[in-house]
This record gives sequence, C-alpha cells and structure tokens, in this order.
Amino acid sequence: MNDVAAQRSVSLLYNPRLRGLFWQAGLILIVGFLSYEAVLNAATNMRARGIPTDFSFWDRVASFDINQTLIAYSSSSPYSQAFLVGLLNTLLVAAIGVVVATVLGFFIGIARLSKNFVVSKLASIYVEVLRNTPLLLQLLFIYNAVLKPLPNPRDSISFGAGIYLNNRGLVVPDPQFAPGAGFVLIAAVLGIVASFAFKAYAKKRQFESGEILPVARVSAALILLPPVLVYLLAGQPISFDTPVLRGFNFVGGMRVLPEFVALVVGLSIYTAAFIAEIVRAGILSVSHGQTEAAQSLGLSRAQTLKLVVVPQALRVIVPPLTNQFLALTKNSSLAVFIGYPDLVQVFAGTVLNQTGAAVQVIAITMAVYLVISLITAMIMNVYNRRMALVER
Amino acid sequence: MSLYLRHDEAPLLPPPARVGGALGWLREHIFSGWVSGPLALAFIALIVWILPDLVRFFVLDAIWTADDGAACRVQGTGACWAFVDRKLDFFRYGSYPGTEHWRVDLTLMIGTVLSARLLWPDGQKSRGGLLAFLFGIPLFIFLMIPGPAAVMREPGIELAILAGGVALAALLEFTKLRTLWVGIFFFFIFPVIAVYLLKGSAFLGLVQVDTNLWGGIFLSLLVATVGIVFSLPAGVLLALGRRSELPAVRFFSILYIEFVRGVPFITVLFMANTMLPLFVPDNWSPDRLMRPIVGFALFAAAYMAEEVRGGLQAIPKGQSEGAMALGLSYWQRMRLIILPQALTLVIPGIVNIFISLFKDTTLVAIVGIFDFLRAIDAARIDPVWSGPTVSPTVYAFAAAFYFLFCFGMSRYSQMMEERLNAGRRR
Repeated sequence: MNDVAAQRSVSLLYNPRLRGLFWQAGLILIVGFLSYEAVLNAATNMRARGIPTDFSFWDRVASFDINQTLIAYSSSSPYSQAFLVGLLNTLLVAAIGVVVATVLGFFIGIARLSKNFVVSKLASIYVEVLRNTPLLLQLLFIYNAVLKPLPNPRDSISFGAGIYLNNRGLVVPDPQFAPGAGFVLIAAVLGIVASFAFKAYAKKRQFESGEILPVARVSAALILLPPVLVYLLAGQPISFDTPVLRGFNFVGGMRVLPEFVALVVGLSIYTAAFIAEIVRAGILSVSHGQTEAAQSLGLSRAQTLKLVVVPQALRVIVPPLTNQFLALTKNSSLAVFIGYPDLVQVFAGTVLNQTGAAVQVIAITMAVYLVISLITAMIMNVYNRRMALVER
Repeated sequence: MSLYLRHDEAPLLPPPARVGGALGWLREHIFSGWVSGPLALAFIALIVWILPDLVRFFVLDAIWTADDGAACRVQGTGACWAFVDRKLDFFRYGSYPGTEHWRVDLTLMIGTVLSARLLWPDGQKSRGGLLAFLFGIPLFIFLMIPGPAAVMREPGIELAILAGGVALAALLEFTKLRTLWVGIFFFFIFPVIAVYLLKGSAFLGLVQVDTNLWGGIFLSLLVATVGIVFSLPAGVLLALGRRSELPAVRFFSILYIEFVRGVPFITVLFMANTMLPLFVPDNWSPDRLMRPIVGFALFAAAYMAEEVRGGLQAIPKGQSEGAMALGLSYWQRMRLIILPQALTLVIPGIVNIFISLFKDTTLVAIVGIFDFLRAIDAARIDPVWSGPTVSPTVYAFAAAFYFLFCFGMSRYSQMMEERLNAGRRR
C-alpha cells in the first residue's frame, strides 16, 4: 500500500520511462524531419537539374572501355556489366592483397620480436616508416616514381622464367589449360580433403593411444602427389605461353597492368606494417608462464609454439586482423587515384559522370562495401564464438 | 653403497660461449641462429648496397639551388632540392595570395600554441618545459611555416606574429588559465577567429580570399583540425548513444557508426561532394571546400565513437551506480564521473585515430581540393622543372613531412600511455 502511495505521489514528469519515451520520440521526430526535408530537397533539386531519379540507366549501353576485365566486357555492354567488372577487379586486388599482406605481416611481426639486433631493428624501421606515411603517398610513389620510369619493353627487367617488368606493366607466362586440366584441379581438391581427414584421424589416434603420426609429412604428400600424378597421367594438360619480345612489345604471355601492380604492392606493404604490429602484440600477449610450463612438460620448442603459443596468440590476433582485411578492401578504392579500374573508379567515377545518377550510383557502391563488411563481420563472429575462452 | 660415490673429479666442461665484449655481443645479437644469422647478413649486405646510393642521391649529388630544371636534368645528378625550395610557398599555402600569407601564419600560430597547452598540460612544470612552451613551440612553428625567407620579405608583420605567439603562450602560462577554459577557447572561439582571418572580412579590413585559392600544408592542417575538433565531441555523443538504454537512441547511433565504418572514405567524400548539395535547399549551396570537410568530420566522428566506447566499457559499473546513489543525473554522471575516466583511458587510442585521420586528409584531393599531397603531385609535372629526379625528390619531401607529423604523434601517444599507466605500474 505504501508503494502505491509513493508511486502516486511522484509526478509523471519524473517517471523515467515516460521521460525516455519523450526523448526518443523527439529524436525520431528530428531524424524523420531531417530525412523528409533531405528527400524533398533532393527530389526538387534533381528535377531542376535534370538528374535521373530511377535505375533505368542500369541496362543501358555503357559505351566506354575498361582496360582490365575478368569477364566478357566491351564498350557495347550495359552498365550492369561494367559494375560487375569493377566489383570483380576490386575483389581481385583485395584477395591478392590480403594474402600477400598477411604473409609479409606475419614475417615482419615475428622478425620484430627476434633477439637478433639487425633483424628486429630493420623490421621496426619498416613498420614505423610505412605506418606513419599516408597510403596514397606510397601508392603515388610506387606508381609515378618507381613503375613509370621503368625501361620500355625492349629493355625490360627480366626476372627469369619468362617474367619481365617494364613501363607497360608486368609480363608473365600465361597458363594454358587443355581439356584434361580439370582432373588436375579435382585431384588437388581431393588431396586437400584427404589431408584434412588424415589430420582428424591422427588427432583421434593420438587421444586414444598417445601415438603421434607424422601429420605434416603425410599431408604434404597427400596435397602434392595426386595433382602431379594426374598431371603426368593426363598427358601434361597445362602448359605455359611464355612471352616473347617481338618488335617493340611482347607477344604472348599475360600482361598485368602497372596500376594493378602498384595497387597490390602498395596495399600489401602498407597493411603488412599494421598486421606486423597485431602479430607482435598477439605473441607478446601470451604470458611467459605458458611457455615455461610447456617446456617443463617436456614439449619441444616447435611443439610449444604450435600447441601452446600460437593458439592463444591467434585468439588475440584474429579480430584486429579481420579489421585490417576490411581496411585493405576499403583502401583498394584508392585505385581511383592511379587509374586502376576498380569498383569506385569504374562505377562511382565513369558511370556516375556519364549517367549523372549520383544518388543511385553512390548508394549502390556504398551498399557493396557494406555487404562485404557485414559478411566478414558475420564470419568473424562465428570464428570468435568457436575460439572464445570457454569459462565456467 | 660406495659404488654410487664418485671418486675422481668430473671432467671439466668447456667454457660457455663468450657473452661479453664486442664478439659476444655480435654472437648474441647478430649471428644468433641458423635462420636469423644469414637473414641478418643479407640485411646488412642490403644496407651496405643501398645506403651509399641513397646518401649520394639525396645529399652528395643533390642540386640545392637552381633557377630551372636544366641543372636537375643533367645525367647523374641526384635529388632536385632546388625545385622543393622554389615551390615551398606553393606547398605551404597553395595559391593563397602572397601578400596575405601572414593571416595563415597568424592562425597557425594561435592554433599551435593553444593545442600545445592542451596536449601538454603539465609540461611547463619544469624549467626546460616552460622555456620550450614559451619560446620553443612558437619558434618551431614559425620556422616550419613562414620560414626565414618570409622574414626577409616582410620582417615587420612576421616578427610580430612570432612575438604574438610568445605573448599568447606567456598569457596562458602566467594567468594560470584552467585547461577547461583553454579548451573552450580552442574548440569554440578559435574556429570563429580562424574563419574570419582566413576568409577575410570587410569589417576587419581583410581582403576576401576565395577557398579555391586555399591549399598546401595549411589546408591539410585545416582539414585535419576541423575533423578532430568536430569528431571528438560528436564521437563522445555517439558513443554514449550507442550505450544508451533508450532503444531509439541506440539504434540510430549503431546505424550511423556501422554505416560510416563500413564504407571507404572515398565514397563518403563522393557523397559529400555530389549528394550534399542535393540534400539542402537550392540556395544554400555549400562551399566547395566545406563539403569534403563536412564529409571528413562525419567520417571521423564514427571512428572516434568506437574508440570512446572502448573507454566507456572499461569503466566498472560500480562507478555509475555509485554516482547514481549520490543522486547525480545522467549528464552529471557522465560529465563528472564516467567521461573523465573513460577519456583519459583512451587518449593513446584517440591519438592513433588522429594519426590515421591525418593520413586520410590526403584523400580529399579526389574532389579537387589542393591539399599538401595534391599540391606536390601538381607541382611535380611543372614542365619548367620536369626531369627524372623531380618525382622521387618531392615524394621523399612529402614522406618526410607526414612521417615527422605522424611519428611525433605516435611518440606522444606512447608517452601518454606511460603516464596514464603510472598508477597501475608495479
């Protein structure tokens, strides 16, 4: 009864729920009003300036060329095809960049922890210089000051094995796939599956009997041998078309655009510096007691690393590492500065300029990057749940 | 029993490998293993191979003074510093008219002294720190931006700016003005002064300078400062919104933060440049420079919000509950109890965001703003100077500038981290 009386006596003005509702209603009203005004203004402004407001441009002929296309594309293709070309080019740069940056980053991160004075100092100079200068500057430097002044095709720098570098890009041998090549791929996939199966079996065996099977050697054999065997059996269906210098340019082979080379190299070395710091922090986060305990159990140095340090370090490394992958993907949009035909350059650049459909084009571009971010975040959450420390 | 006793002396073990002296140090730190030893040798070989070439290119064979690119085009010459020297004013101010440069210098001087006071709250406690604050910082920014050449040109006004900087520092120091007031001055009054000084106003008798003419280092610093000044309060509000108990507030905050963080900065710039003018009434038509700055500030706020949220999460719930028990309202709780703790906790992280934001200012070039890097890239292709050595020279110059700035900030953040951890260190 007292409670009821107390509640009655407090004015409605001080009811926290009511006040909360009031503020939220206010916020929703303000946001709603602003968006309404923005949409209204946009509609008037776009009509006044003759800017299209629908997506009818999507199927119209693009009538511009793109100098790197992973799928069939010509200037008579529709804008939707140009969008796909740009998207695939972005994904290609991002995929290669992520792999190179991770490998380089792990290497440098570990090198920074080395007791070796020269190795660790050089690694930290690398990290400090690359982290403290803008990525755009690095890209422009690689593109304008390193790749542009390279000699012309006739005086190409040769790396052997049919790989040449000149001011028109990187020329590499082009793999040619004869009909039997599919079997080699299937054999490779089967080999990888088999190696996983063997690993699981070895783990089960170890739990049951304590016997340790040579997983690394067997896996290597399982992954490498079947494709090679099938390759030989199928009559060597994969050959390489090596580039040959004829006249002023190379004939045959595959030409990689200098813009592509600059972008991949720039993104990789820049992101590697950040990954190196993440790896270093991750390894340092495993307390020394863990290593000592592992050693006192009689584990070898390699076993300590593999079974004790790395699994615990990965728990710290992986979340920021994914952020770096996302950052690299988003940074690949800097392609627009050096003219590599990625999504932003093709779609938010050329297509926007040609159609004038600013709102639609930018909305689509942003949506693509948001979807990439969301998918990565989802995969990350699943991984995190699996890796998270299981507590009481 | 006696079987188990040892009768003769155990054999002497060989002495351990040298640990002291130069040889021992070499063995320990350079030739330490089968992987790192050869690796170190390879790196040393690389340094020996590259370093002399670098020194020769940037110092020994460099051209320090020249009137045009002819001297730099001679085969075998090194870096073309003469070019940087000639273009230095363009790199600093863009196309800002030469007779009005002092306005930029004055703005920078005020801003630097104020931010130095904010970032270095008790640096003045020692005698050396006091001297550095009173004279070192004004002199440093003076030498960096107008430079000695400007004093030659207009000795009166430039020296007056230097004196003004020292006077402002002395004023801040000897009136013992509280940091809060300095902050209010920097965040609210300084921007107004800066806008009037830089744009000009008939009332003050200053010539109008169109924003088209702004550029160079000054513009990079301006964009970065506006972004930082705006993003800090906006980021705090967004972070509080994300942790709010009101679902609508939380929803809008999360929506904003995740949206901005999920898209590349370039698309935000495109959006600000092409869509912002569409969203406002026709007669507003935001200034050409205003649009990317707005985009930059909105972008920065989302990243700042996540950093601040990290700090808020690190504060134990008991702090908030204790404040509630004392009868403090939500805003009092935040202002007096939670934010002071949370913000000091994340100062290093905030400085790291400043570093990445400062690097991101280079991207505003995409919408035609002449920031420092764009000015460098535009000057690089000047036909009078064009030559093979010009590009490496200017890029090296730009790299040195950004490195100095960012490395300085990261050192500062490490110093703050040390200081903030002082209570937790054992």
